[in-house]
Amino acid sequence: MQKRTVITKLGCLAVTGTLLAGLLSGCGASPASSDSAQNGEVVVYNWGEYIDPDALEMFEEETGIRVIYDEFETNEIMYPKVEAGASQYDVICPSDYMIQKMIDNDLLQELDFTHIPNAKKNIGAQYWEQSEQFDPGNKYSVPYCWGTVGILYNKTMVQEPVDSWSVLWEEQYADNILMQDSVRDAFMVALKLNGNSMNSTDPDELAAARDLLIEQKPLVQAYVIDQVRDKMIGGEAALGVIYSGEAIYTQRENPDLEYVIPKEGTNVWIDSWVIPKNAPNKENAEAFIDFMCRPDIALMNFDYITYSTPNDAARELIEDEEIRNSSIAFPDLSQYENLETFRYLGEEGDELYNEMWKEVKSK
Amino acid sequence: MRKKTDKKTGGFGTISLRRSAMSAPYLFWAVAFIIIPLLMIFYYGLTDKTGAFTLANVAAIAYAEHSKALWLALGLSLISTVICLILAYPLALILSQRKLSQQSFLVLIFILPMWMNFLLRTLAWQTLLEKTGVLNSVLSFLGLPALNIINTPGAIILGMVYNFLPFMILPLYNALTKIDPNVINAAHDLGANGVQTFCRVIFPLSIPGVISGITMVFVPALTTFVISNLLGGSKILLIGNVIEQEFTQAGNWHLGSGLSIVLMIFILVNMVLTNIFDKNGEGTVL
Repeated sequence: MQKRTVITKLGCLAVTGTLLAGLLSGCGASPASSDSAQNGEVVVYNWGEYIDPDALEMFEEETGIRVIYDEFETNEIMYPKVEAGASQYDVICPSDYMIQKMIDNDLLQELDFTHIPNAKKNIGAQYWEQSEQFDPGNKYSVPYCWGTVGILYNKTMVQEPVDSWSVLWEEQYADNILMQDSVRDAFMVALKLNGNSMNSTDPDELAAARDLLIEQKPLVQAYVIDQVRDKMIGGEAALGVIYSGEAIYTQRENPDLEYVIPKEGTNVWIDSWVIPKNAPNKENAEAFIDFMCRPDIALMNFDYITYSTPNDAARELIEDEEIRNSSIAFPDLSQYENLETFRYLGEEGDELYNEMWKEVKSK
Repeated sequence: MRKKTDKKTGGFGTISLRRSAMSAPYLFWAVAFIIIPLLMIFYYGLTDKTGAFTLANVAAIAYAEHSKALWLALGLSLISTVICLILAYPLALILSQRKLSQQSFLVLIFILPMWMNFLLRTLAWQTLLEKTGVLNSVLSFLGLPALNIINTPGAIILGMVYNFLPFMILPLYNALTKIDPNVINAAHDLGANGVQTFCRVIFPLSIPGVISGITMVFVPALTTFVISNLLGGSKILLIGNVIEQEFTQAGNWHLGSGLSIVLMIFILVNMVLTNIFDKNGEGTVL
């Protein structure tokens, strides 16, 4: 008993010691951090693995603004956090249709482009034009990454040339197909195959797409999001629906993989920087966006995440000619038909999609 | 003996005062992180988007997709619980009959995997079971046909059993070690053979452990969505997945909460059963 009390006391001492040490080191660190944060902070909310961490450090060093960085996995997870206003972000990087939804619901503020001179200077005109679809007048958003959605296939397992979404319905590839586990992406494939718009809200068209997806389900090995990358690299499946940015990375790792944009058309998407209405540090946010539009920084990010950059000046800087003219990273979109960008379909549209997706998944 | 008890009751007033002060941190914890979130779930579950009272979110369990997911989850978690019980009972019995020094070491072996993150362990199973995974590589090396377990209900059951087995072993082990060896000796002395001793003495005395083990496996298995996502390839929709998707994908917190309330009813039924069988709280550990 006696012994135990001693041990307990020692334990208490140890805990207090650690706490004190933590407090002291905390005190010691604070002047240094306030030194680097002389110009306040900027709270960034971005997709996971969607930036070169070195770029964030360079931004801190050059501007004296401290970056607080947070990540999300899908637009749908990001939205309620911003809407509830529980955490106040300064810069967010949602996709096209989600930006439209945020504008519709008055969650974003207009950007002051005099503070973001690099944006209009470096980002190609075609991307501004495309942004008009969800941000009329280009008032709220600055494009950060863009790309297409297509089929990644393993040349050792698929002999025939792949050029159509219909290959994902072929019996011979049963249990070798990876589909996207997100409602709009999955329905995009089926709607395009049926020749419909991927922004359709017509119940009959959607029902037809749903039936097509249900028909496909027995052939699907798994519905995945990020894992499609690793599974395709590992030769776990023959065909997968994937974002073009991931395709370049997977080819680096496994040269047997090939990426195609199907002839029925696909989704051309843009992820853009926006500033929410309740942002506490708007000027720092604009400084951050401007920094991200600098050609050297955009190039750093492109090298790191391999998602296509809309920054024409950065593309000029790419040394490897093969990548600079890569038809995956920078496809000539004029040769494809029926390319579309997702639009926000309103609450009723969302509900319809979600309801039908649940029917597919529960079959 | 008598004196001692008197002394205790004499100081009861101050002790209880001190006790309530000491429970304050936990009370705060319980209110902030258990009571308030529960109330919020009930609020969301029983209202619609305009904030008006409705039972539609709870009644939505009757929809074909939802009830199918619920039955599937009930079925898979029941099977997993039974498998866990069959695996864990003999093991706990053997453990409890070892020497004390061996016991703690053996128990450690079974708890050791729990020191690793649950998600990592489930992901590891994915790599093991995949088509080109470790298991199939070994099989093909031995010239045996490949096994296609991944993305089937079987893989989900395997994941549940693997992850929750320690939660069955521990309460069983706890209950079995508490059985007085003299009771068993008495049974033998009175002429009971091994089977009779087990059926009429050991098993009935271990019931509290069985019940709490069942609860601790069944409840997390019923509500899981990670295991079914990772090992089921997202193709098999359990009620946990439906709820998770309502919150993260569909953004319909009202429906998600309503279905959570339905799930809570099943968990409550389970807990009531536990209380009936385990009045002394003997089986509960952890």
